[in-house]
Amino acid sequence: MRREGSPWRGLSAVTMKELADHLSSARMRVLELLVLLTALAALYGAIRQVRDTTAEDPFVFLRLFTSASGQLPSFMSILGFLIPLMAIGLGFDAINGEYNRRTLSRILAQPIYRDALLLGKFLAGLITLAISLSGLWLLVIGLGLIMLGVPPGTEEIARALAVLVIAIAYAGVWLAAAMLFSVVFRSPATAALTTLGIWLFLAVLWPLLAPAIASAIAPPDLRAMLTGQPGIAMLEWQQALLRLSPSQLFTEAMVALFNPSTRALGTIFLSQLHGAVIGAPLPLGQSLLIAWPQTVGLVAASIVLFVIGYVCFQRQEVRA
Amino acid sequence: MSAHVIAARDLTKRYGGAIAVNGISFAVEKGEIFGLLGPNGAGKTTTILMMLGLTEVSGGEIRVLGHDPARDPLAVKRRVGYLPDTVGFYDNLTARENLAYTARLIGFPPADRRERIEDALARVRLTEVADKRVATFSRGMRQRLGLAEILMKGAEIAILDEPTSGLDPQSTDEFLQMIRALKAEGVTVLLSSHLLDRVQRVCDRVALFQSGRIALMGSVAELGREVLGGGFAVEIEAEGAGLELRLGGIEGVSRVERIGPDRYRLLAGRDVRPEAARAVVNGGGQLRRLSVEGPSLEAIYAGFFQRQSEPGEVRDAA
Ligand SMILES: Nc1ncnc2c1ncn2[C@@H]1O[C@H](COP(=O)(O)OP(=O)(O)OP(=O)(O)O)[C@@H](O)[C@H]1O
Ligand SMILES: [Mg+2]
Repeated sequence: MRREGSPWRGLSAVTMKELADHLSSARMRVLELLVLLTALAALYGAIRQVRDTTAEDPFVFLRLFTSASGQLPSFMSILGFLIPLMAIGLGFDAINGEYNRRTLSRILAQPIYRDALLLGKFLAGLITLAISLSGLWLLVIGLGLIMLGVPPGTEEIARALAVLVIAIAYAGVWLAAAMLFSVVFRSPATAALTTLGIWLFLAVLWPLLAPAIASAIAPPDLRAMLTGQPGIAMLEWQQALLRLSPSQLFTEAMVALFNPSTRALGTIFLSQLHGAVIGAPLPLGQSLLIAWPQTVGLVAASIVLFVIGYVCFQRQEVRA
Repeated sequence: MSAHVIAARDLTKRYGGAIAVNGISFAVEKGEIFGLLGPNGAGKTTTILMMLGLTEVSGGEIRVLGHDPARDPLAVKRRVGYLPDTVGFYDNLTARENLAYTARLIGFPPADRRERIEDALARVRLTEVADKRVATFSRGMRQRLGLAEILMKGAEIAILDEPTSGLDPQSTDEFLQMIRALKAEGVTVLLSSHLLDRVQRVCDRVALFQSGRIALMGSVAELGREVLGGGFAVEIEAEGAGLELRLGGIEGVSRVERIGPDRYRLLAGRDVRPEAARAVVNGGGQLRRLSVEGPSLEAIYAGFFQRQSEPGEVRDAA
C-alpha cells in the first residue's frame, strides 16, 4: 500500500531535539571525560616512545596514534574500545526510552512517520559521536603539536582525517546496533546488556574462535602439515571470519592509514611483492585504496542494522 | 457521509488468533461528544489506535475526515489531536518546551508557535508552571498539558483515551468542563472511559463496547428506554435492619448498592420511589431521604450486562 506524504517530515525537528538532549545530558559529560582521559593516556604513553625514537621518521606524528608503551595500549586500540562504548551509551534507550516515558504514542500521533523519528534519533546520535570524536582528534593533534614541537605534515593530517571519518562510520555501526536492540527490547537494561555482550563477543572472543573455526572448515593439508605452516585455505577462512566483526574492519582500516608502509591487509604471496620496496611508505591514495573495502563494509553494516531496526519498528505496537 | 467526521464499517482488529475489535460500525457527527464505553479489554483503545493509523486494520474500513488513516496518516494526524490513556512528556523539559517540540513536529511556522503555545497553556491554566520541568507535574497537570497540546494543534477532532482516570473528583469535573468548552468551539470529541456517571454528563451519544463489539449505541436517554424502559437510579437514606435485601426484592429493581452508612442506591427500570418508601417503613426502618435520577448510564450498563448474562446462567443451571 502506498503511503501519502513525505517520510522525512519532522526529521529536522526530531534531530535537533535529540541532539540538544544528548549535548546537555549527564551521559555526554561522562563521554567527554572519557575522551579527555583517553587522549591524555594515549599521548602520555606515545610521547615518551616517540621522543626516544628517530627524529628523521617522516611520519612521526602518526606514531602518536600507534605507539604503545609498556602498560599503556596505543591510542588506536583504545579507540577501538572507546567508540563502541560511546555509541552504545547513546543508543541503547533510543526507542524503548520513549515507550517507558509513555511519549511514543503521543509523538507518533503528530503528523510524522516513524521513519523520521528513527532516522532523526540515529542522526542525532551520529552527530554527537562525530562531535566527540572530532574533539578527541583535535585534542590529540593539538597536544602532540605542543609536546613534540613539530607541526604535522599535510599527509599526516590527511591520514588522521581519513581515520576520523572511518571512526565515525565505525561508531555508526554500534549506534545502529544499539538502536536496533532498543526497538526489540522494551527494557533499556536488556538492550544495553545485549549490545555490550555482542560487542564483547566480537571484540574479545571472536578473534580467538575464528582460527579454530577456520581450521575446522579447512583442515591442514599434507603440505601444511609437513611444513608446520597453516594452510592457505585455512588462513583465508580465518580472515573472512574475522572480518565479520566490525572491530576487525576498523582495526585493519586504521592500520592501513596510520602505517603508511602497509601494502596489503591479509595474506600476501611473495610473487605479489615483485618489485616492491619493502618498508617504503605508500602514497596516501594507495593507503586509502587499501582501507576502502573496510570502510565500505562498516558503512554497509550500519545501513543493514539500521534497516533491520526500521523494519522491526514499523511493525511494532505503539501501545505502552 | 457529509456530516460524519468519523465513519467505521465492519472495522476489525485481530492479534494473532484473538479478536480485539470485531466488526464494529459507527459514525460520529461533526461537533458531537461521542463516548466509547466498556469494561477493560473491550477494544476501546484498539479502535482509537486504528483511527489514528497507529495500528494496522485487519478488516473493514475506517474514514477520519474523509481520509483513510492507514494510507494517508499524515493528513489525519494533522487535524486530529490524541490524548493517550497514559500520557507522558519529556521529564527533563519544561511544559513550554514540550509543547514547542510538538509544535515543530506539527510544522507550525516559528512565528505562529509562541502564540499558540501561550494560548493553550492559559486555557488549561498551566501558565504559572509553564517553565517548570514536567518531572514535577502531578497526574492532573500532565493530563491538562496533554489537552493543551490538542488545543495548540487546533485539532478538529479530539480523541481522548480515559482522560479522567486517575483524577480526583474536582479535577475530573474541571476536565469535563474543558471538554465541553472544546465542543462549544465546534471540535468533535471522542472519549473513552469506564467512569460511567461522569461521562454521562458530557456525552451526546455513547457506544457501549463489549468484548470487541458495540453492544449498544445511542444517546443516554435512548439507551435508557431501550434497555430499561426508563432507567432510574433511586437513592435512599434510611435506617433499619435487612434493608438491602428488602429493597432488592422490589419488582423492577436490577441492583442494590450500599453507597455509605445507611445509604443505598437502587438501579431500576422505572421510578420505584413509592415501593422503596413502603419497603423501608414496612420493615420498621426510618426513611430520611429519597431521591431519583433520570436514566443513568450505570443503570443501563448494569441492566444490559445482566440481561446478557441471564441466558447463559439459565443454560448453566439446566
Ligand atoms: N499487542 C497486543 N497483542 C495481543 N492482544 C492485544 C494487544 N493489544 C491489545 N490486545 C487485546 O485486545 C483487547 C482489547 O484491548 P484494548 O486495549 O483495546 O481494550 P480497552 O477497551 O482499551 O481496555 P481498557 O479499558 O483496559 O483500556 C484486549 O483483550 C487485549 O488483550
Ligand atoms: Mg484502553
